[in-house]
Amino acid sequence: MKQLMTGDEAIARGAWEAGVQFASAYPGTPSTEILENISKYDEVFSEWAPNEKVALEAAIGASFAGGRSMAAMKHVGLNVAADPLFTLSYVGVTGGLMVVSADDPGLHSSQDEQDNRYYAKAAKIPMLEPSDSQECKDFVKVAFEISEKYDAPVLMRMTTRVCHSKSIVELGDRKEVPFIPYEKKVKYDPIPAVSRILHKHVEERMVELEKFSNETDLNYAEYHDKKIGIVSAGVAYQYAREVFGENASYLKLGFTHPLPMEKIRAFANEVETLYVVEELDPFMEEQIKAAGIDCVGKDKIPLLYELNPDIVRKGLLNEESETIEINPAEIAKRPPTMCAGCPHRGFFYQLSKEKRAVVVSDIGCYALSGMEPLNCKDIAICMGGGFSVAHGAQLMFDKAETGKKCFGVMGDSTFFHSGMTSLLDAIYNNSNVVLTVLDNRITGMTGHQENPGTGYNIKGEPANATSVEEVVKALGCKNVKVINPLKLDEVKEAIKWGIEVEGPAVIITRWPCVLKRLSAEDKEEFGNYKATNVVDHDKCIGCKMCIKTGCPALGYDKATKKVSINKAQCVACDVCAQVCPKKAIGREEK
Amino acid sequence: MSEVKNILLCGVGGQGTILASKILSYALVEAGYDVKMSEIHGMSQRGGSVTTQVRYGDKVYSPIIGQGSADILVSFEAMEAYRYLETLNPKGFVVVNDFHMDTATTLSGSEDYPENIIDKVKEKATTKVLDAAKIASDLGNSKAMNVVLLGALVKLMNLESLDWDGALAACVKPAFLELNKKALAAGMEAVA
Repeated sequence: MKQLMTGDEAIARGAWEAGVQFASAYPGTPSTEILENISKYDEVFSEWAPNEKVALEAAIGASFAGGRSMAAMKHVGLNVAADPLFTLSYVGVTGGLMVVSADDPGLHSSQDEQDNRYYAKAAKIPMLEPSDSQECKDFVKVAFEISEKYDAPVLMRMTTRVCHSKSIVELGDRKEVPFIPYEKKVKYDPIPAVSRILHKHVEERMVELEKFSNETDLNYAEYHDKKIGIVSAGVAYQYAREVFGENASYLKLGFTHPLPMEKIRAFANEVETLYVVEELDPFMEEQIKAAGIDCVGKDKIPLLYELNPDIVRKGLLNEESETIEINPAEIAKRPPTMCAGCPHRGFFYQLSKEKRAVVVSDIGCYALSGMEPLNCKDIAICMGGGFSVAHGAQLMFDKAETGKKCFGVMGDSTFFHSGMTSLLDAIYNNSNVVLTVLDNRITGMTGHQENPGTGYNIKGEPANATSVEEVVKALGCKNVKVINPLKLDEVKEAIKWGIEVEGPAVIITRWPCVLKRLSAEDKEEFGNYKATNVVDHDKCIGCKMCIKTGCPALGYDKATKKVSINKAQCVACDVCAQVCPKKAIGREEK
Repeated sequence: MSEVKNILLCGVGGQGTILASKILSYALVEAGYDVKMSEIHGMSQRGGSVTTQVRYGDKVYSPIIGQGSADILVSFEAMEAYRYLETLNPKGFVVVNDFHMDTATTLSGSEDYPENIIDKVKEKATTKVLDAAKIASDLGNSKAMNVVLLGALVKLMNLESLDWDGALAACVKPAFLELNKKALAAGMEAVA
């Protein structure tokens, strides 16, 4: 049976067909849908982990206990999981283990565009790079075979286009792989004396893996015209194939670490000019050149951003397609915004009024707080960094007597991810920072995944719910306030309190994401609050105070100088009604 | 070997571009074409601009369309048609929905929604203008606007012979099947 699937769906299908027993992940675009799709297969135990390191460690345990296991994450997630990955390379596996890294060339939804192929090189582990959905599915099966045969974790490196493009996949059946009985092994305990021996094994394994790389059909030559020869992998191969058709020969690589250097050398000898077409860094080019093989790569193909057929054509052929010219000034920008009714709006609206504040945000929807008109966020680095960066900055602001006040801000899922340890730093080392958890009862930005605080697991089954407030108190924080972020007075009061108290203060704003499908517990706690607001045009003076909240349901009409509310979007969060100086905004009569 | 055809759908998060492209690609796969489809997820639910690209033929390599290569650009929103004109082959068609959606900047008054933007699109390319929301409302539900636009695309790309009833049945809820069948037919008729 054939089906159109995204790369993420195909990875999930491949894992199921390959007999995977355990899969864990932390959500992150473009990798999120891998685990969401695996969770639909009941034969696989799937779970959201609090972070990527934990996901990989749980997968390691599952592998040692004898089942095929995997962990999936976005590229920056592998930074978090790097610690167990490097030692796992030494220790090896029992049941096969695959780590999926979904990179984001072009930064569609990420804070950097790091090239995670270098992780395979640094950790000395085998790597596969699929170029379409069929390969995603097929390569998963191969990954588990390689993992078990060579006693190594396998890195499945994907990119946004591979993850989110759909192409045709031929479906197969699941093949159960029996558990390998657990035995106590010396390698599982990598004390220095053991690891010295394991490191030697790793280097011997690299030699064996390179032999495999040169022999496997995952790396194949496709000869047509031999004037131009192209070495490529992943979606970049599809772009090169699109541009050159049969006017070039290709060495298409699916297994890219270690590289099949003998195959590359043989291919180079057959063609006149050898090009390396790869997205982001010169990962293959540098190795090919170091092996003494002449090739052209980053001189012609950009180092920055995502590739596409146009860029490959321009780089290698210096040809450009004829296009219709437009003048971007003719149209308005369409930036993403916090949704109408977003519970974060009230908090950031009020915080934007605090002139002493330096706002250190984090990774999530609240990243949008840096945009006009809220223009609140100053700094963001990484998951969990909101609290620890704010802590460090506060210490220095105080030491330099600047009078500035740092506000660290992150969501509930981010708090559980790595914000808890950042908070502990602020408590332990006692800075005067104000830290806010925007607890919207779900993982919002990635599309509503359950997390340890929501009370449900990935399958939607009831799970133990961890309370942010209880965690904060248990960590030793003495100043904790839980508020409703839609009540601006409460927010204002909490901010004032946070600034004044000695030592770290934690504000928890507790209100569900406006897009969340409310659970029974949510309904009981928050009620059915949704209604619609309307502007009384007799009272509206067109001062645009409400517009400054940045709500997309509010529109200002220049002709009438009045504000109107889009009924399709408004949920009556009442933030605009609270800022209106003329009390012109109220509930629509039913 | 049949040439690869390129379709670009664009609009604003929540307008149903993704469902339209799902119905389209389902029918193309059933008809035996190789199909690749690409969309960028992430911020679309937050009022941002959304595009979906569909490519089909005997064998498709790249999942994305190069600049100047789309055979047809179907825009679910008026201004978005202009935004993506560079992707259209200068000989290609535009189908534009006469439907205007404000942006965060036009709502706040920091930018104006452009006047006569559809006329500016018409100056640049062969353009069919549809009031798909009205057509869909007349059929009973303005939300079927996306399938009306799909109907226009089907007609202009000469894809009428594909099994659209089957594709709709596979992709939309049974309660909306009849409505969507009518919407597809109305869209085809609107550009006939």
